[in-house]
Amino acid sequence: MSPRHTLHIVSGKGGTGKTTIAGALACALATSGRRILLCEVEGRNGISELFDVPQFSGTEERRISRTPAGGVVHGLSIDAEDALIEYLDTFYHLSIAGKALDRFGAVDFATSIAPGLRDVLLTGKVYEAVRRKIKNRPNAYDAVVLDAPPTGRIAHFLNVHAAVAGLAKVGPIRNQADSIMRMLRSATTVVHLVTLLEDMPVTETEEAVAALRPTQIRIGTVIENMVSPTPLKHDQLQAAATGSIALKVPGLTIKQNQALASEFAIEAGRTLQEQQRHDRLRTLKLPLAHIAFDHGGIDEGAVLAIAEQLTGQMSLEAP
Amino acid sequence: MTDGNPAKAFQAQTHAGLAVPFLDIDKIIGDRETKIIICCGSGGVGKTTTSAALALRAAEAGRKVVVLTIDPARRLAQSLGVGELDNTPRPVPMIDTAAGGSLDAMMLDMKNTFDDVVIAHSTPEKAEAILQNQFYVALSSEFSGTQEYMAMEKLGQLHSEAEANGTWDLIVVDTPPARSALDFLDAPEHLSSLLDGRFLRLLLPPARGPLRLMSAGFSMMSAVITRILGTQIINDVKTFVRAFEALFGGFRQRATATFQLLSSRHSTFLVVATPQHDALREAAYFVDRLTEEDMPISGMVINRVHASALAISPERALSLAEDLSLAEDLADASTPLEVEALRRHANLMRLVETETRQMERFASARPGIAQTQVQSLPSDVTDLVTLRRVGVLLADKD
Repeated sequence: MSPRHTLHIVSGKGGTGKTTIAGALACALATSGRRILLCEVEGRNGISELFDVPQFSGTEERRISRTPAGGVVHGLSIDAEDALIEYLDTFYHLSIAGKALDRFGAVDFATSIAPGLRDVLLTGKVYEAVRRKIKNRPNAYDAVVLDAPPTGRIAHFLNVHAAVAGLAKVGPIRNQADSIMRMLRSATTVVHLVTLLEDMPVTETEEAVAALRPTQIRIGTVIENMVSPTPLKHDQLQAAATGSIALKVPGLTIKQNQALASEFAIEAGRTLQEQQRHDRLRTLKLPLAHIAFDHGGIDEGAVLAIAEQLTGQMSLEAP
Repeated sequence: MTDGNPAKAFQAQTHAGLAVPFLDIDKIIGDRETKIIICCGSGGVGKTTTSAALALRAAEAGRKVVVLTIDPARRLAQSLGVGELDNTPRPVPMIDTAAGGSLDAMMLDMKNTFDDVVIAHSTPEKAEAILQNQFYVALSSEFSGTQEYMAMEKLGQLHSEAEANGTWDLIVVDTPPARSALDFLDAPEHLSSLLDGRFLRLLLPPARGPLRLMSAGFSMMSAVITRILGTQIINDVKTFVRAFEALFGGFRQRATATFQLLSSRHSTFLVVATPQHDALREAAYFVDRLTEEDMPISGMVINRVHASALAISPERALSLAEDLSLAEDLADASTPLEVEALRRHANLMRLVETETRQMERFASARPGIAQTQVQSLPSDVTDLVTLRRVGVLLADKD
């Protein structure tokens, strides 16, 4: 059995829990015997914080978790400058020159005067990790999960072709951009968008979907995060939201029952709003998954619980 | 806090009970010497809403305010009357002007701000050459620091305008969502070092004097860089730098002046966060960095804090819910609403506990940082009425 996709790209508006979902997805993919790589690209130490392990430095790929299912998750924090030095080494055999370049500030210079270069270098490193071979295994990693830039920038970030449009017309970087784009457009790559059921994140999700369509990169699942599920029906919620329903919990005083009712009115109103946003997302005609809000905060146990919910709702395995 | 350092753990315990100083928003906006308020924080914590609510409250308290927002949510922008992205401050209608204040709002358009600077500071021919340059086009729309840099530039412009004709006496700035803490403080330096860095100098006319000796190593490197980037872009950069050189000194000077303005007693920073681990961790970076740079911090605004008026523990609520569910199985009573209400209350109380713990940890690790909490609202903030309510919550001592 192999995973259906070998590259999962996870994006979402700031504050939607994108890094947590990326970490949980890596755990969900790490079934028995599998090796999964979880990468981040903006150096925020999100992965090391989430898994409570020391920060990553340079190009190290270190194990961050052994899942209960018997797989392992490795972590990597991709840095554009390290990636450029690695790139120079691979294509020009210039590792020493690369280091000297770095000392003179040339790496910063190159990635600054050609902002697209930075994105190509970052996605290029992901490409390398996805395709890497090692002894006795077809691939070094069974799948790679990328904690990608937020939804506002995702289409731009992944559109490496456009990024290199102003760069050298020939040579390795152009060829590499073509290879990266082929991988991103292949059936084994998928982008997931994490959202809350609030107006702004839903709007950004809709915009990201529209911006990704022309890139021909597949959109996988829209993940509704921190949702409060309810067993109540729509009319019950509506009645509760008006605050006009008297609650009668035996053992509570009249005042306490009233306080409970007005608190519940707000909660019910919020759930109704969430349902409206869910309906909005349904019109995107994309698979949806929902992750229940964990009121106890996020720790390793919570990440594994989210992983289980993802496994149940996303088709992660090859048919 | 999670690093297992015993000394730190002990500190956390001893400080947990200490009172956190209160951030008095009304005192800040009431102080006529406060001329600039900068709201910073990570993405998704409600910076724009906080800036807008603060600006509205200050205006209705009699200040003449302009709020500079960066990429606000469309509906919030509409509520402020800045639906269009035209880089010009517009009066916000329907506010209460009884106290003699006013409120203007604008949305930053970084490309236009950059273009305006170029046009204002060079001859028409030179400006034309710069605006057409491919490298300039990329720099002004894509360079990762441009938005931050232009926010600083715009702030400088608004401040000079305010000083010159008294249109405003308070500028509220909503900073761009930073990729890393305080990009907007670093951006001017980053752009400066890029544009007058020695690497760029070497791409320009051949170096003379002692520099020439160094350039053997460089020429190999610039050959590599040229191979990667292509000759076209290098030529664009060269043309751009030649045209931009005269202008550039001015850029750097203004950035330095704005930086000084931000460190003066007329400015103050508010760090915005939500009571979650990630957001508070980012907030800690902001607080530390601002402290290092000797920037004036007033304190922290913690948005979307949950609370309950019903003092019933989650355990008790769940056991009451369980009793009701059992009773429902026996008799055919219809109490689903009660059960659900109790479950939701239990969840809310657990969330309150988690948030309180996170905030206590933050307060014990950064003692002395004043805080104000803004309770989570039942709906999105999209109109002046709700914005005013956020202002009240900001100013209230809980």
